[in-house]
Amino acid sequence: MPFRAPAENDGVETSPPVADEVKTTTCYMCACRCGIRVFLKDGQIRYIQGNRDHPVNKGVLCGKGAAGIMNHLSPARLRKPLKRVGPRGSGDFEEIEWEEALSTATTWLSDIRKTDPKKLAFFTGRDQSQSLTGWWAKQYGTPNFAAHGGFCSVNMAAGGLYSIGGSFWEFGEPDWDHARLFLMFGVAEDHDSNPIKIGLGKLKERGAKVVAINPARTGYAAIADEWVGIRPGTDGLLVLALVHELLRAGKIDLEYLLNYTNASWLVQQEAGSEQDGLFLRDDDGVPLVWDRDREQAVPHTDASAKASLSGPVEVNGIKAVPVFQLIADRYTDDTYAPDAVAERCGIDAEKIKSLAAEIADAAFNHPVSLPVPWTDSKGTRHETMTGRPVAMHAMRGISAHSNGFQTCRALHLLQMLIGAVDTPGSFRYKPPFPKPVPPGPTPAGKGSSPETPLNGMPLGFPTGPEDLLLEDDGTPVRIDKAFTWENPMSAHGAMHRVIANAAAGDPYPIDTLFLYMANMAWNSSMDTQGTLDALTAINPDTGDYRIPHIIYSDAYASETIAYADLILPDTTYLERWDCISLLDRPISDANGAGDAIRQPIVEPDRDVRPFQTVLLDLGARLGLPGFVNDDSSPKFPGGYADYIVNHQRAPGVGPLAGWRGDDGQSDGRGAVNPEQLDRYIENGCFWRGEMPVEARYYKMANKAYLDWAVGMGFLGSADPIVMQLYSEPVQKFRNAARGHGVNQPPDHLRQRVERAFDPLPSWYPTYEDDATEPDAFPLHALTQRPMHHYHSWGSQNAWLRQITAQNRLFVHHDTATKLGIADDDWVWVESRHSRVKGQVKLVNGVNRDTIWTWNAIGKRGGNWGLDKDAPEVEQAFLLNHIIPEKLSDGGLSNSDPVTGQAAWFDLRVRIYKADPDEQGITAPLLDATPDLPGTKPSPKRLDFGRSFKNRETTE
Amino acid sequence: MTCLPEKTTRKLGLVIDLDTCVGCHACVTNCKEWNTGGHMAPLTDTNPYGAEADGVWFNRVHSYEVTTPEGNSQSLHFPRSCLHCEDAACVTVCPTGASYKRTSDGIVLVDEDKCIGCKLCSWACPYGAREYDVFEGVMKKCTLCVDRIYNENLDQEDRVPACVLTCPTGARHFGDLGDPQSDVSRLVRKREGRDLMPEMGYQPTNKYLPQREKSGAAGTETNQSPALAPLEDTSGASGLLGWVDRMLERMD
Amino acid sequence: MHPAASVILFTTASGVGYGILALAPLLVAFGLLPDDNRWLGGALMIPALGLVTLGLLSSTFHLGHPERAWRALSQWKSSWLSREGVMAILSYPPALAYAYAWIVLGAVDGPWVWAGFATVLTAVGTLFTTGMIYRSLKPIPAWATDWTVAGYLTLGPLTGLVVIVAVATGFGLHPVRFQTLAIILVIAAAVAKNAYWSRQLKVWEEHSQTTGAAVASPGNTVRSIEWPHTEANYVLKEMGYRVARKHAEPLRHITRNLLLVAPAAIFCVLPSILPLPYLIWAVIPGAVLTLAGVVVERWLFFAEAKHVVSLYYGVD
Ligand SMILES: Nc1nc2c(c(=O)[nH]1)N[C@H]1C(S)=C(S)[C@@H](COP(=O)(O)OP(=O)(O)OC[C@H]3O[C@@H](n4cnc5c(=O)[nH]c(N)nc54)[C@H](O)[C@@H]3O)O[C@H]1N2
Ligand SMILES: Nc1nc2c(c(=O)[nH]1)N[C@H]1C(S)=C(S)[C@@H](COP(=O)(O)OP(=O)(O)OC[C@H]3O[C@@H](n4cnc5c(=O)[nH]c(N)nc54)[C@H](O)[C@@H]3O)O[C@H]1N2
Ligand code: SF4
Ligand code: SF4
Ligand code: SF4
Ligand code: SF4
Ligand code: SF4
Ligand SMILES: [Mo]
Repeated sequence: MPFRAPAENDGVETSPPVADEVKTTTCYMCACRCGIRVFLKDGQIRYIQGNRDHPVNKGVLCGKGAAGIMNHLSPARLRKPLKRVGPRGSGDFEEIEWEEALSTATTWLSDIRKTDPKKLAFFTGRDQSQSLTGWWAKQYGTPNFAAHGGFCSVNMAAGGLYSIGGSFWEFGEPDWDHARLFLMFGVAEDHDSNPIKIGLGKLKERGAKVVAINPARTGYAAIADEWVGIRPGTDGLLVLALVHELLRAGKIDLEYLLNYTNASWLVQQEAGSEQDGLFLRDDDGVPLVWDRDREQAVPHTDASAKASLSGPVEVNGIKAVPVFQLIADRYTDDTYAPDAVAERCGIDAEKIKSLAAEIADAAFNHPVSLPVPWTDSKGTRHETMTGRPVAMHAMRGISAHSNGFQTCRALHLLQMLIGAVDTPGSFRYKPPFPKPVPPGPTPAGKGSSPETPLNGMPLGFPTGPEDLLLEDDGTPVRIDKAFTWENPMSAHGAMHRVIANAAAGDPYPIDTLFLYMANMAWNSSMDTQGTLDALTAINPDTGDYRIPHIIYSDAYASETIAYADLILPDTTYLERWDCISLLDRPISDANGAGDAIRQPIVEPDRDVRPFQTVLLDLGARLGLPGFVNDDSSPKFPGGYADYIVNHQRAPGVGPLAGWRGDDGQSDGRGAVNPEQLDRYIENGCFWRGEMPVEARYYKMANKAYLDWAVGMGFLGSADPIVMQLYSEPVQKFRNAARGHGVNQPPDHLRQRVERAFDPLPSWYPTYEDDATEPDAFPLHALTQRPMHHYHSWGSQNAWLRQITAQNRLFVHHDTATKLGIADDDWVWVESRHSRVKGQVKLVNGVNRDTIWTWNAIGKRGGNWGLDKDAPEVEQAFLLNHIIPEKLSDGGLSNSDPVTGQAAWFDLRVRIYKADPDEQGITAPLLDATPDLPGTKPSPKRLDFGRSFKNRETTE
Repeated sequence: MTCLPEKTTRKLGLVIDLDTCVGCHACVTNCKEWNTGGHMAPLTDTNPYGAEADGVWFNRVHSYEVTTPEGNSQSLHFPRSCLHCEDAACVTVCPTGASYKRTSDGIVLVDEDKCIGCKLCSWACPYGAREYDVFEGVMKKCTLCVDRIYNENLDQEDRVPACVLTCPTGARHFGDLGDPQSDVSRLVRKREGRDLMPEMGYQPTNKYLPQREKSGAAGTETNQSPALAPLEDTSGASGLLGWVDRMLERMD
Repeated sequence: MHPAASVILFTTASGVGYGILALAPLLVAFGLLPDDNRWLGGALMIPALGLVTLGLLSSTFHLGHPERAWRALSQWKSSWLSREGVMAILSYPPALAYAYAWIVLGAVDGPWVWAGFATVLTAVGTLFTTGMIYRSLKPIPAWATDWTVAGYLTLGPLTGLVVIVAVATGFGLHPVRFQTLAIILVIAAAVAKNAYWSRQLKVWEEHSQTTGAAVASPGNTVRSIEWPHTEANYVLKEMGYRVARKHAEPLRHITRNLLLVAPAAIFCVLPSILPLPYLIWAVIPGAVLTLAGVVVERWLFFAEAKHVVSLYYGVD
């Protein structure tokens, strides 16, 4: 209800013109991909507003998004390609022309492609063009490609995809409109920044109960109706205790289990056999269930079967039990009783019981029924869609631990048991999910050879030991040792291992490290100093660097710049085309599929080029198949925009799903439409394909959905997706560890694989908890993302950095009192690896055995356009300095044994007061790097906006 | 003009829900972004890339920990901006008439062409809502986005303050608090909206919706649900399975 | 509150100036000062007018826009700052007329006596309005008391008197003649300041506002965990200034001694003991000490005063 301007006659202009032009595009102050409207006045950006029509943010913007102008105007923006002239790490550079930069890169890359393409390691960070970068790596022929997922949240991705065919992260969402109880495990901000906030607002408005399970009570947890301050790394135990309670009380949804999960599938019980623990299958390989009426095993696909949930049975002399029986046996055991886990989790047993009771109450006493008729994939018609209004969401608090894969599986187990996956009120898939379980395809990369593309994409999903990327002698195919016995299901690669491995020549030396949009020399590595040493390590035999060439593309003067030999300066997000694709990380929501573009809002005022365009150019210069025409001319001379429109991954399938076809009328699949980008721009730079109303829940077995998904090209067939309580691929790895099959783990890893590869969700203490003496390092140390900063990017932003320029170490009052530490003291935080110094802030809202700080606020001097005495440099601290890269036994990575997910949050520390003469300044304090050539001093005053002022003066 | 109007036609203001605010600072930066090019432009920043950075902001979000007399602890995010007081003390102290309260809508503004920068208004405001621009030498403050809420160059739905428009959780509401039938007035009644520092006797227009009491860490629980009763005549897995079998039969 | 050096120095200066203006015509009227000594008139009225002018001008220096200072006269209906400005301006014509009579005409008689009374009234009025500026600021509970006004009304004349005495002594007048007035002013100032201080020590605690009430959580204990910005901002720099208690207490003692004991000793006790020629060596340092006392007092007046906005920042 807007108000009409009153006549106040105070000279205030209430209707000043706001913009000469408003352009839409997609925000990239973080990876959430909100739609924005950019107001341009006098050729400058006046204001950035959320796009109300956009499915992601529906008009709102977060704190970062609204500060985009200051990133766009950051003094840290790179200006021109750079060539290193001093020693690596010195920050001594010379500006060069693009032609020199591109031909240098081409020379390095073509030399190795001709001999051994594996010698290129191409790793990308927080980008949104992995479908291009991955394809580029494939066409180049190197298996050494990954994006940030491996250090980010592959535990969530893999845990979900191998269980329910979808996942938390940003690939699913709670049913904000119908949930009655919402449980949030280890979430501070997440990729769905605005959707989660919008959703929490909806829950609050409806009076739904929000429970935050989190060692720290900030942000989302601060508004939760209930805060469960769990001890880090013990969520698996908590969740399994909830499962225990629910099972014992019979508060489970049997119908759901029978219809949508593998609860009834028969598991072979043949200890010592190679088949032990695998499903009993018919000759066609279809898993069998036990029909209670017919008293025989029948394919689970048999719609008439009355499947049993308990065993044991014998089929053709093989003993087997249904999955559910294994679940009952396992989790009703007293080891999972609330009283047994309470102390370890740091939560009252009564609280755990209370939580279980609330889950049961919401799920079974308050089911949500929507008046929407639908048909399941067996053809049964249902008059309503009924569901369990218990929604869950989990992210890195679960993920970034070395037991994260199993903990994530435990969460999905809990959801399945109560019938709370993709039903009204529960967690919901976003298309293109759900995908069949186990997911595919398998990773490619074995037998890479000169000048030859790989036979598949380098990243994928192993279904058993045979899919590992091991050479015949058992050595890793990949530089990051992804898909080896150290972490067999490392579906996203292991970016955090690249630098150390490459410097050590383990498993083999490489020639060129090509990094894009990842601040690996600072906040995205464990053991920061060790990483810097690796980047500058010299091979005594050659006198050259152990990593001979490093190419890096960044848009800003980050800490990693100083460690590269060749810098390819990127544009800012308001200066380029981009594509947020269904082939990669789309903008779908639970009711529709979506993708989006970025369009250039303003022209760059520097000699910079969009990275994707540069990558296409390099591809063409290298003559990579797919990047050149038959006459070896570049296939996409128009750069990335050209590629977005004209590239086809498969016939009719391109980066964008909207407005395909000659007439621009096809969604999902269709011929190339040369006017596709115009259609996107007309529509606010996004496309959304809404699914039919009857397709919106039970997507794993909803005929309308499955047909729609097949039509869109998300699924190959409309077969229902059966969710996996029990994971057979996991069991296959376990069997190998038990001595079966040709591919077996080396002896030193057998036990580790055997323990971690439990086909039913399990819990084991994190490696650090297991290995460090609790007395020596009694505390857990965590980081959280501040809502208004994005990793390291925020500190260059004149507005965002005013909010947080120094990160405090948050410590519980009681803990500090015991240690003789007072508020505002400077303390040392010491891990078994090293120590870092920071200033304490005492709080109540944290688990007593846990300390935490904001992530990536600490900066190295000389970067990000900051003065060398900025608080980010001198007072803020980076926890990464003390996170060990290896487990304490030295050899293995500090990662999850299943997925290779970096275990950032396993860190154990002790803290003690710094000496009086050590107060006031952080440590370690690395030497500042010198200014890059062409850098102008950062301004001492900002009066941005003065020129837009629209006001007559009264004088 | 520096005397307060006896009565304003409307009492436009904000209602901020402390039970929903997650402390994301979206309202903070959006306010900055709009207003640095708006009526009070610019919102100057000093040492924007160095030590002791400081700047003019009309809206700031604090984080607190609150302990109830029973010992329950909870976290609180608290956005603070001008409350457009009915008896705006910042106005009556102003010696120049630069500070004034609009008769039509109750918005408290500074006419920066009249302001001499004596800062007295900032001393008089109990809520710290006045922001001095060192470089411009004038006092600035939240304008309630007077250049948005009536702006005919904006879409109808966008004619709300920038902080309200952007708040991702919907914790901020804007409207006429003088009209008992307005959405904001209803919300204030329903949620028992509060004044800040009520005993000081100011009459702020903006209202805050209080946090609901929450249950916190172990030991300070409220509202714990009783544990689930286990299935009858059962023990462990076999009991459960027996029950399951019976249930399956019933389902047939 | 931030104790800005300029504000302290110049409120002290104008306090002295208005103190002289408030007392000199009275002392003349009561025959305690001779109105036939132009030189004495000059030695009192010129510095007095100079000091108030300096005070007035300097109060514009700390303004963001000194060139617009004239605007500050417009809001006398509501603003004590405006009223102070108006009073300060109004004090000029009578004071100038009085000075004219005393210095140029060499005698204050007839209608000029009325100018003297007008000078006294406007000077006291200016001191009163100055006090009222602070007294009316509720968010600074320490200031929001009549004792604040009493402080201005007594300290101005007291500092004025010490200067008058010093000057008069220089002109060979025996200070003992000012003894009664001095005793009255010293006691009045002592009462005013002690009352102010003892109230101040309690007022913050007694003050019903808590951080809980400030953040809509009355009855609860509230602790600041994070400021909206990690570095100090205007509100903190201007309103968040805090003087440590361990510094405040000794400073209060010093003030008490300088401001009250020094003048009491020098103007009330010494004149009865010392012969006139030596007295000048007592009254000049005495006046200086008293002025130093006012400077410290003024500094404390700001530095010790807490603004309720500091509740939001948890600075204590
Ligand atoms: N201690 C600790 N460490 C962590 C984590 C943690 O929780 N705790 N989290 C981990 C996780 S999950 C992640 S994903 C990583 C994130 O770590 P990174 O992916 O490394 O994220 P950033 O530090 O933001 O680095 C991104 C780089 O991209 C650059 N950049 C920004 N915009 C552009 C652009 O438009 N083009 C180009 N070419 N470059 C651009 C930035 O300048 C910056 O140098 O950090 C990991 N590190
Ligand atoms: N504003 C902003 N948004 C971002 C990012 C950013 O840098 N800034 N980064 C993006 C990226 S790359 C990622 S991966 C996502 C990550 O998004 P989140 O998953 O929200 O990541 P974190 O901030 O690391 O938060 C992890 C949370 O888990 C809690 N936690 C830690 N250990 C445990 C545990 O054992 N159990 C439980 N229950 N909780 C635990 C921590 O206290 C913290 O609250 O955010 C994305 N969104
Ligand atoms: S969450 Fe914020 S920063 Fe991220 S895309 Fe959306 S508006 Fe931009
Ligand atoms: S935008 Fe909303 S949720 Fe975020 S800090 Fe402001 S009021 Fe709170
Ligand atoms: S909050 Fe402060 S600035 Fe706003 S009207 Fe009230 S007194 Fe004035
Ligand atoms: S600073 Fe400006 S607005 Fe504030 S009281 Fe002084 S003149 Fe008035
Ligand atoms: S109403 Fe406008 S000026 Fe006031 S805080 Fe909100 S955005 Fe800022
Ligand atoms: Mo991440």
